[in-house]
Formats: sequence, C-alpha cells, structure tokens
Amino acid sequence: MSRFSVGRMIELEGLTKRYGEKVAVNHLTFTVRPGVVTGFLGPNGAGKSTTMRMLLGLDHPTAGDVRIDGRHYDQIRHPLTYIGALLDAKAMHGGRSAFNHLLCLAQSNGITKSRVAEVLDTVGLTAVAKKKAKGFSLGMGQRLGIAGALLGDPQILMFDEPVNGLDPEGIHWIRNLMKSLAAQGRTVFVSSHLMSEMALTADHLVVIGQGRLLADTSMADFIRQNSRSYVRLRSPQQERLRDVLRQAGITAVEAGNGTLEVDGARSERIGELAAKHQLVLHELSPQQASLEEAFMQLTAESVEYHAHAETGPPDTDGWAGGPGSASPGAGGGWGEQWAREQRQKKTGS
Amino acid sequence: MSTPPTPSVPQPQQPQQPPSMPPAPPQQPQQPPQAPQGQPVPQPQAPAGQQPPQEHTAMLRTLPAPHQQGQQQPAPHQAPQAQQAQQAQQAQQQWQSGPPVETYVSPIPITKTHLGHALASEWTKIRSVRSTIWTLGVMLVLVLGIGTLIGVIAASADMELGGQSAIGLGSFGILLGMLCVMTLGVLTIGSEYGTGMIRTTTTACPSRSRILAAKAIVFFALVFVVTTVAAALVAVVQTGMVDGASATGEEWLRGTVGVGLFVATLGLLSLAVGALVRHSAGAITIMIGLVLLPLVLAMFMFSKSLEDLQLFLLQYAVPSQLIAFYGDSVAGGTGPTGWEPLWIMLGLTAVAFGAAFLTTETRDV
Repeated sequence: MSRFSVGRMIELEGLTKRYGEKVAVNHLTFTVRPGVVTGFLGPNGAGKSTTMRMLLGLDHPTAGDVRIDGRHYDQIRHPLTYIGALLDAKAMHGGRSAFNHLLCLAQSNGITKSRVAEVLDTVGLTAVAKKKAKGFSLGMGQRLGIAGALLGDPQILMFDEPVNGLDPEGIHWIRNLMKSLAAQGRTVFVSSHLMSEMALTADHLVVIGQGRLLADTSMADFIRQNSRSYVRLRSPQQERLRDVLRQAGITAVEAGNGTLEVDGARSERIGELAAKHQLVLHELSPQQASLEEAFMQLTAESVEYHAHAETGPPDTDGWAGGPGSASPGAGGGWGEQWAREQRQKKTGS
Repeated sequence: MSTPPTPSVPQPQQPQQPPSMPPAPPQQPQQPPQAPQGQPVPQPQAPAGQQPPQEHTAMLRTLPAPHQQGQQQPAPHQAPQAQQAQQAQQAQQQWQSGPPVETYVSPIPITKTHLGHALASEWTKIRSVRSTIWTLGVMLVLVLGIGTLIGVIAASADMELGGQSAIGLGSFGILLGMLCVMTLGVLTIGSEYGTGMIRTTTTACPSRSRILAAKAIVFFALVFVVTTVAAALVAVVQTGMVDGASATGEEWLRGTVGVGLFVATLGLLSLAVGALVRHSAGAITIMIGLVLLPLVLAMFMFSKSLEDLQLFLLQYAVPSQLIAFYGDSVAGGTGPTGWEPLWIMLGLTAVAFGAAFLTTETRDV
C-alpha cells in the first residue's frame, strides 16, 4: 500500500436530528480534514455528542448525510482499524476487566491480543488491566476508552470530551497525544465545551450552538479575530474627548454607560492626548477580550438568533444588521460582528 | 461533496507545530520498512528532491502553495444556503490548493470482519462477566441438587411411578433452573444497554444484526451444553436410584438433548425480549410473567364459561410444556405431547427474534 494514500475526510452535509419537537442538530455542514486536530466546540446540549453518534451510525439522521471518505459508517467492514472513537468514559460493562473489555473489541475486528497489551501500556493502565472497570475513576475510565479508540491504530480518531475527569497530567498527556496523532497525518476530531482547552489543542475549530453551525474557522483566525484588545475610556467631557481623538486619527466608539472604546490604540497615547487638551478622564483602561468570553458571546447569540428566527424577522437593533444583511467578507467575519454586537448590548443594559 | 477522492489533502503543513513535539507514543508502529525516508510526519518545506517519486505527488507539487490563513471565513449568520454554497466552494479551493499530506498508514493488518469475529468477541464477553457464572452456577446447583434430593426422597418412599421411567423426575429441578437461564438471556443483551457498552459494541461492529446473531449463537450454544449435561447427570442419578420402567431411547433423548434445546430456546426468547425492551429488569419481569401468569390466571378461572380457556392455559403454560416434554401430560391428554413443546417454543422465539432483528437496525442505539 502506498503511504500516500488518500486523505481521510469526514463530511457532514445538512445533517439534522430531531427528537420529537426538539431539534438537536440543525442542518450541519462542515468537513473534518486530516493532518490537523479539529476542535468541535459548543456548550452542553449543543448537539456535539448527537453529531458524533450519527457519524458512528449509532443514531440515524432525520435528514442530511454524514460520510467518511464517501462511505457511511456501517459500510466500513473493518471499523476499528479505520476509525477509533471515544464516546463516553462509561460506555463499557463495569463487571468486565479492562483487558477483557479491550479484548472483546479487538476480537470483533480481528485485532491481535498483543495489541491489547500495547494500548493498555500506551494509556498507562497495564497495572490495572485485570481489574474490573467499575472500580475505575472517571479518569481511568477515560483512559480505557482512549485505549479502545487507539486499538485499531486507525487513521481517523474521534474523542468526545476526552479531558473530562482527567487530572492535569492526564490533560497534558491527551493534548500531546492528539497533536502527535494529527502530526502523523491522521484525522483527529475532538469535542469540548472548553474554549481554553481547544485553544491549546486544536488547529481548526468548528463551533456549534443549538445544533447550528456558528463558526468553521482555523484556530489562528479565531484567535486573531477574537483576542481583541481595546482601551476603555470614561470622561465627563465625552464630546470633546471624541473630537480630540478624531483629530489625532483615533476612532472612539460609544459603548454605553458613558464609556468609549478605542480599538488597537495604546492607552499611553490617549492619556497624553487628554492631558494635552486638559480633559478629565474617569477611566482609562486597556482591555483584552478572552477567547472564553468570545466563545460565550458566540454561543449566547445563537440562542438569541434562534428565538428571533422563530418569532419573525430578526430584531435589527439587537443584531448588527440582522443575519440576512451580513455580507460575506465584510468587516472580518463573525468575530467582528459579535464585537459590534457586544458594544450594542452594553448600550442596552 | 461526494466528489471522487482527489488525491491529497488540504491542510497545509504545520510550520507552527511546536518543535518540541512529543515523540509518538511507544505503541505507535514503526514506519513501513519500504518507505524510503520513513517519516510519516509532514515535512515543512521539504525540498522537492526529497519527495519519493510517487506519481500523484509529483503532479500536485506544481500546484500553487496554500494560503489558508488569508482565506475568508463565511459569516456565521448568513442564510444557510449561501453559507453552504460558500463553504462548499471553499472546501473545493482547499482541496485544490493543499499540498499532499501523507496520511498515516498503520502496520496493523486490516481485516474484513465477519460473523466469526463477532462470535469470538461475544464469547469473550459472556465468559468475562460474573452474571454468567452466577446464573449458570445457581442453575447447576438447583438442577443437580433438587434432582438428587427428589431421587433420594422417591427412593426412600418407594414411590409409585405408574409405569413411567424415573427420567420425568428431573423436570422439577429444570423448572427452577429455567428461571436462571431466562435471567442470563436477558442480561446477555440487556446489560449492554444498561451499561452503555452497546455504543462501544456497535461502533466496533456496525452491523447490529450481526451482533444480535452472534449473541444468540454464543448464548444458545453455552446454555444448551450446560443444560444438557445437567439434565443428563440428573437423569443418570435418578434412574439409578428410583425403580421405574426402564426408559426408552426416545425418552433419554428428550430428557437430555431435548430438554437442553427447550431450555436454551426459552433463553433465546428472553434474549429477544431483552433486545426489544432494552431494559434488564423490565425484560426479566416480562419473562417471569410469561412463564407464571398463565398458571396463576388459570387458578382463578372458576366460571364454567372459561373452562376451555382455563384448560388451554394449564396445558400450554411454559412449566406444563416442560413437564409434558418429559412425558407426563398435564391436565388431561389433549395438551402438547412428545416434541411438540419444542416446536411451539421455537415458533415463539422465531417471531420474537424477527421483531428484534427488524427493530434493531432502525432504532437509535
């Protein structure tokens, strides 16, 4: 076999899952590519696990399609050597030993016994291989699940919230493991509700909220667009301050509660300008929006957007021009948009 | 997006990859020996000369360098169609502009799986949990213990068997042992749903029918062997202790292999009910109800108009069928006789399994 074999892609097209009235996954379309760690981010209940379950053929989609290299999961005749998945740490029989749990998985895919010992060693569970899984801590269960995913040495790996229950050493280990797996040219798809975790692990980011796709971007872009630094100003002489700043070529934006925000400018410069013109400042503070904050903003908006979409045309006051008018490529994408929205929210509060 | 797999892949090499990348975990396989450079990790800015002379690689090398960072991401709140279209287009661009990424090829041989693999897996599962040892252990104790006890009592009391062989005495122990087999049958599949193991199982073997078939075969074989051996031992002990008519070959066959088949089939019915209900306690309750309820109901049918129904229930209740299987007909001679109980049980089980196979493929796990 050529070692330049075709890349392993996971493609979702309009994937939808309804449970009665509730739409768990709503028309998801994105692609997971090999050679990178793709982070799958969303708050609890956003539909991450449901999406992964549909990918693995556990749940049937209500509409749409998910394919792995153009095939459905149940068409793959050697699943474990193709895709390894960690769904949840407790997807195992507590009365079975770690070794036997992995052995029965290995046998169902024609994988040798010696490989079971290998993966147990990889995840550091060799010492408790003969112990029953129900005595395991959440972290050990998580490691056993990861061992199961690695069993077939597959080209595609999927982890659903792998760092849950792991101690700092374990978190560090799983981060490095995922990066090294991706660096070997494998496809790594990992879900999380922790932005900070994703920022350290993922190269590409897919964000969902309420089952809808909110962002599909490279991590570098996400950080660039969302680690926004700005200076916050409060002054009783706001109008004059704005004029002074405008003359100096600095744009200040009204952010509500009598505050002004200035993107990108240095606080020293603004302070000096104010002193020169003898303006009183009540506040002059550099601010940095964290990624976690950006993520929360992004997903909070999905709820808001959802409600508007159901009740009628979007409320343009609360929503920077509304979803329909967001022209592609204008103003740096959704990152910019939420920043604008954030300012307007502050006006409202 | 179902375009034929274009050779190669999108993501550009990772210059930002930290140089202190941890070494691959120890289990990571060695590179295939035939690989000239033996480096599956994409080499940033590898000179063209270092690339092995693979045909499609050479072809793709002439394509423009990737510029992913500059790519415009679609705003998230566009109308879905526009967004999709743009994404598709973007994916297409990435397809075409990406340099080849060497995807990982494992040294582990790829095996096309078949029922044999599932059988091996299910055998490991059934022998590696306590519930199997407990249920079958208790069954052996009940069947052998009660069988021997009845033999002793019957022998000391000089019991009159009315021209029948002593093999029929084994039915009492088997009746109780049946309950253990039913429990094991339900647990064989119910515990997978109860623990969440079924998700792991289904991921490893996406064909749910194959999982169900493998479970049924392994369970049936195990229970058949255990029950037949137990029934045969009891039959030997009892015929040795109690004086009665010498049993015919047919009676021996039915009292050992036949009973094994009957009990294992009842266990299969429990397994099918477990697969349909997906809840161990619920399925066990249903099965116990199925076995006991007809007799209990029949006891309260005092009315003359219900006499026919009462007789039917008495004769066709599972315990009555088992006793009839040993040769004694229950409540008159019109009930099932000979091998008939086995055919009835097989028919019921076939229906239940048909339903289980139909629903398992369409239901979510």
